[in-house]
Amino acid sequence: MIYLLTIDWLLLLEKLILIAVVVMASLVIAMYETYAERKIAAFMQDRIGPNRAGIFGILQPLADGMKLFFKEEIIPNSSNKILFVLGPSLAMLTAMMTCAVVPWSGDVNLFGRTISLQIADVNIGILYVFAVVSLGIYGVMIGGWASNNKYSLLAALRGASQVISYELAMGISLIALLMMTGSLSLKTIVEQQMQSHWNILYQPLGFLIFFVCALAECNRTPFDLSEAENELNMGYHQEYSSMKLGFYLFAEYVNMFVSSAIMATLFFGGYDIPFFNESAHADLGNWLALFGIICFMLKIGIFIFLFMWIRWTVPRFRYDQLMNLGWKKLIPLALANMLVTGAVILWLHK
Amino acid sequence: MTATEILFWFLSALALFSALMVVISKNPVHSVLWLIVVFFSISGHYILLNAQFIAIVNLIVYAGAIMVLFLFVIMLMNLNANTEPQRNSLVRLAGVVAGGLLLTVMISALRSANEITNSKATMSEGDIGLIQNLGKILFTQYVVPFELSSVLFLSAMVGAVVIGKKE
Repeated sequence: MIYLLTIDWLLLLEKLILIAVVVMASLVIAMYETYAERKIAAFMQDRIGPNRAGIFGILQPLADGMKLFFKEEIIPNSSNKILFVLGPSLAMLTAMMTCAVVPWSGDVNLFGRTISLQIADVNIGILYVFAVVSLGIYGVMIGGWASNNKYSLLAALRGASQVISYELAMGISLIALLMMTGSLSLKTIVEQQMQSHWNILYQPLGFLIFFVCALAECNRTPFDLSEAENELNMGYHQEYSSMKLGFYLFAEYVNMFVSSAIMATLFFGGYDIPFFNESAHADLGNWLALFGIICFMLKIGIFIFLFMWIRWTVPRFRYDQLMNLGWKKLIPLALANMLVTGAVILWLHK
Repeated sequence: MTATEILFWFLSALALFSALMVVISKNPVHSVLWLIVVFFSISGHYILLNAQFIAIVNLIVYAGAIMVLFLFVIMLMNLNANTEPQRNSLVRLAGVVAGGLLLTVMISALRSANEITNSKATMSEGDIGLIQNLGKILFTQYVVPFELSSVLFLSAMVGAVVIGKKE
């Protein structure tokens, strides 16, 4: 027991508070993403959108959540009960886990302690994101199978094969980026971008491939084949009701937030304030970290808007088109990008 | 007990329990899910040994890709107790013999591991599992076996495509 006392309890407390804040923040942001999605869709379709709950319908997400909580909870008789509940829980868990390695801003000084606004700075940060993303599909697969419904199963299998296919191109486009940064730690990648230029300048093609794959990994239109309601009734969550359905829908929005954060970190400088030299203004202290967060959130917001814009303009792909795009176009393109990047790096270091 | 020891015992117990559940479970989908838990606990062991890269690659490759394919196949085959074919006693006997042989091999391997008795495992130290060191060693000292195994993977991929194309 004596050893337990030697743990840095303050560090533990600090991390626990940070985890709670990050989880709460991503849930609230995901909530308001649903509102933003409905408003943006309404704007694009020349409608008004939700405007009944609160001013401008600002309380609409709360009303939606409340409605889902009070709905009757139905677990089909023929389903596998444990896995039926495990499915949405896993989807939500994996969606939340990715936030752990995102550096939200620079260090903050509070009560004489330097606090890093990143839950864990592991030296394999981006691989951790990758692992969690590849685990994310279990929620969909288990839920779809446990429902014991042919449409759900088909949708789950579609979703799984789509995620596996697009993971490859995503990984290869990342390798090109990592060859330049020479580090897998997200914090180091951001700090490098703060000192020189954003990675988007060096890796525009890599970013494009990464973005398309992120759309596919989040199951967003035009890649939402696992929710194709006109072919599959409703998709993998057809048998779900109440908040278990809400978890699936919500996990999608959390995923969208986190993948926007990852894209902003990898290619757009993370919490770097544009056209501003942070290292020359170190005397600003905590304000610098605050502005960093604001900039980071703005970048994330732009990406989330982009996701929604695409959803309401581009129609859904057919399944064979999806697979052709993934295997025959994106992967060769990503491989070419990787080879060219490698050759240029070799040439510059000659 | 230090925090590391507590974690070690917890992960070991979890790994053994879920490995047993893989064998015991009646439902093949449950078996696959328990196998994923095994991979997680083994990855936890890697992290205790300060091999973060191996831990995460274990998760990406096994839990994230291979087990998804396992789950895929098992879900499509729709196995359950009624449709499972009854195997004859000869096949069962062969299974017992093969399993017993594997057990003897493993026991002899355990018995010959004399040099590790009375030595302590190095917990959360050593840096061979970190990505930089691992990469350097793979591309210098072990470059020939590394490249050979990648050629093996490539040939397996080409083989899979050829079999898939055969109509």
